Amino acid sequence: MLKHKDLLGIENLSTDEILEILNTAESLQEVSSRPIKKVPTLRGKTLINLFFEASTRTRTSFEIAGKRLSADVINISPATSSVSKGETLIDTARTLDAMAADCVVVRHSASGAPAILAKLTRAAIVNAGDGAHEHPTQALLDALTIRQRKGTLSGLKVAIIGDISHSRVARSNVHLLTKFHSHVWLCSAPTLMPVEIEKMIDENREYLHLTHSMKDAVADADVIMMLRVQFERMSESFFPSVREYFRYYGLNLARVQGAKPDVIIMHPGPINRGVEITSDVADGPYSVILDQVSAGVAVRMAILYLLMGAHGSSD
Amino acid sequence: MDLLIKNGRLVDPARKLDGVNDVLIRDGKISAIGKIPAGDTANVPLFDATGLIVAPGFFDIHVHLREPGTEEAETIATGGQAAVAGGFTAVAAMPNTKPPNDNPSITHYIVSEALRSSPARVFPIGAITKEQKGETLAEIGEMFEAGIVAISDDGKPVMDGQLFRRALEYAQMFDMPVIQHCEDLHLSKGGVMHEGVYSTRLGLKGIPSAAESTMVSRDLILTEMTRGKYHVAHLSTRKAVEMVREAKARGLRITAEVTPHHFTLTDAAVATYDTNAKMNPPLRSDDDVAALIEGIQDGTIDAIASDHAPHHINLKMLEFDRAPFGITGLETAVGLAFTQLKVPLARLVELFSINPQKIMKVKPWGIFEGSVADLTILDPKRKWTFDVAQSRSKSRNSPFNGFELVGKAVGTIVGGKVVYEDRG
Repeated sequence: MLKHKDLLGIENLSTDEILEILNTAESLQEVSSRPIKKVPTLRGKTLINLFFEASTRTRTSFEIAGKRLSADVINISPATSSVSKGETLIDTARTLDAMAADCVVVRHSASGAPAILAKLTRAAIVNAGDGAHEHPTQALLDALTIRQRKGTLSGLKVAIIGDISHSRVARSNVHLLTKFHSHVWLCSAPTLMPVEIEKMIDENREYLHLTHSMKDAVADADVIMMLRVQFERMSESFFPSVREYFRYYGLNLARVQGAKPDVIIMHPGPINRGVEITSDVADGPYSVILDQVSAGVAVRMAILYLLMGAHGSSD
Repeated sequence: MDLLIKNGRLVDPARKLDGVNDVLIRDGKISAIGKIPAGDTANVPLFDATGLIVAPGFFDIHVHLREPGTEEAETIATGGQAAVAGGFTAVAAMPNTKPPNDNPSITHYIVSEALRSSPARVFPIGAITKEQKGETLAEIGEMFEAGIVAISDDGKPVMDGQLFRRALEYAQMFDMPVIQHCEDLHLSKGGVMHEGVYSTRLGLKGIPSAAESTMVSRDLILTEMTRGKYHVAHLSTRKAVEMVREAKARGLRITAEVTPHHFTLTDAAVATYDTNAKMNPPLRSDDDVAALIEGIQDGTIDAIASDHAPHHINLKMLEFDRAPFGITGLETAVGLAFTQLKVPLARLVELFSINPQKIMKVKPWGIFEGSVADLTILDPKRKWTFDVAQSRSKSRNSPFNGFELVGKAVGTIVGGKVVYEDRG
């Protein structure tokens, strides 16, 4: 059973909790292969997708997950262009709580926004990505994908390549994979490597490796995880041009050859074809990008079930 | 105003005074110090200071009173109330009001409103540049005539080196210090907390220590070049402390202050995204805290100032990225200094009163006959818990709510009048 009301990040989850989520997700995967893809588990529960930051795939994934479990799903996308206009985050949270939502899935450009909401609401808060902090459901769906392909989450070499600095996906994956004693190689230009990230985890620091050499990161890797280049965050000169970025950190077939023969290529999407990954890699035999999408629905069903359904009606 | 303070331990390091005695105040001034015979003081109100310390009035040289312009957060009256409740008989008010104090009419307003409504004395600080835009010098002389004691664009560092040079030169006409909030705005751009492992873990954009130290470095060179009088506001990093120490050894006319929150808390306080742990400069690392305390102990740092920065609760109840920088501090400064710093009492009085008076070059007050009777009465052993709900400030943005402290100002006397008393 999950120990917390909310799912705010991977950092504070135990390996047992993570395994429970993954095992539950695996058992729920079968639902999505049925002709009638629906079970009544969360009938009468209300799920609100509160997306302050644009996202099609994550929101859709949560929506499908909720609907397959028969929850009532409502999507809200408040405009965030101006703080001074409209309701504050806290007022929004209190309003939704007053409407007796059971679970609120939050995406927000400000790190910590879900944590603020969690303190103020009875509803379970699920972090669907906050700023550059965490994206726990992404790391969990990545873990499910890896486990199903590799049979384990331990002892692997996982290269995470790209804009580490602004990436919540990288942070959540570092927390998760090092907990299971896989070696995580973070690879980026020094301008995109956050300061003191080697001290970000309290335990298992020997499993975290930093490099700006893509060759070293990819060498004998079991998993290559490419991060999206976030052009919208490139207000400062992190690198001179997209062309030069691709020269050093783009993944093409030649670079994949340095990895293990059975390497899998992952990407949280949406991909920038030709920027961080070439089409022949993204669409090629190593790619598990679409498996990740399927795993995403299962993992989110598991989380919704564990946070809303597993307590019974007395909660 | 007449008052007899009986039996207090009088501590005034500027007069090499430390001993138990009485202080007689007549017409708002100290008229006698010693064993006052009972017959001389019939009808004079008595303040029994047995077991307490009597010090020259504490002076907080870095506060934001928010008036004019942001009266929902603080007024000169409420800020003054908070000051005396914290043991301060005087404050220096930063110019970033709305409109900013960049011309004599605003200075006049602050001075006259303070006389009307504030129990603490208020010394205004004028802007360095018009509208604090960092483009052209404000009317520094006109403001000086109206009562400012220093100039600063606090909160907005003067990035233009040539303009800052001119300010250091021009202020010498009035022998006023130029106070800089040291922050290279390019290095700090977008940052909301100290850049380090916590900013990485929390996914918040960092403000590197170098944003402060590179600015201090530039300013020290300009101070040497102009022979100006320079004061560093709220030092927060080890590197900057070291540079100030080295520059003082070379004889530059520089002074520096540190805030209680910077010597008490670290960036770990941000871990829960508490917006009351958001201020600028940000809370730094353990090593920086150690360096600040060393600087206080060895005299590199001249003064403790609160950087009292009230904000309405609506603005602090936002995402961490969006909340404004700043916390209140007038009522916790003395308690935190007693609790956190292991320095002799006389040194604490220097940090809170003697040095602030010298930095701002105000007419000195202290425990001597003829001085204006501005006194702070302290109980260094008083155990108390700060309850922000009881704060006299209009705002509630303190990270110290619930902190258990040892040592407190229990009496504040301005012009011979007891404006605050806490008998526990």
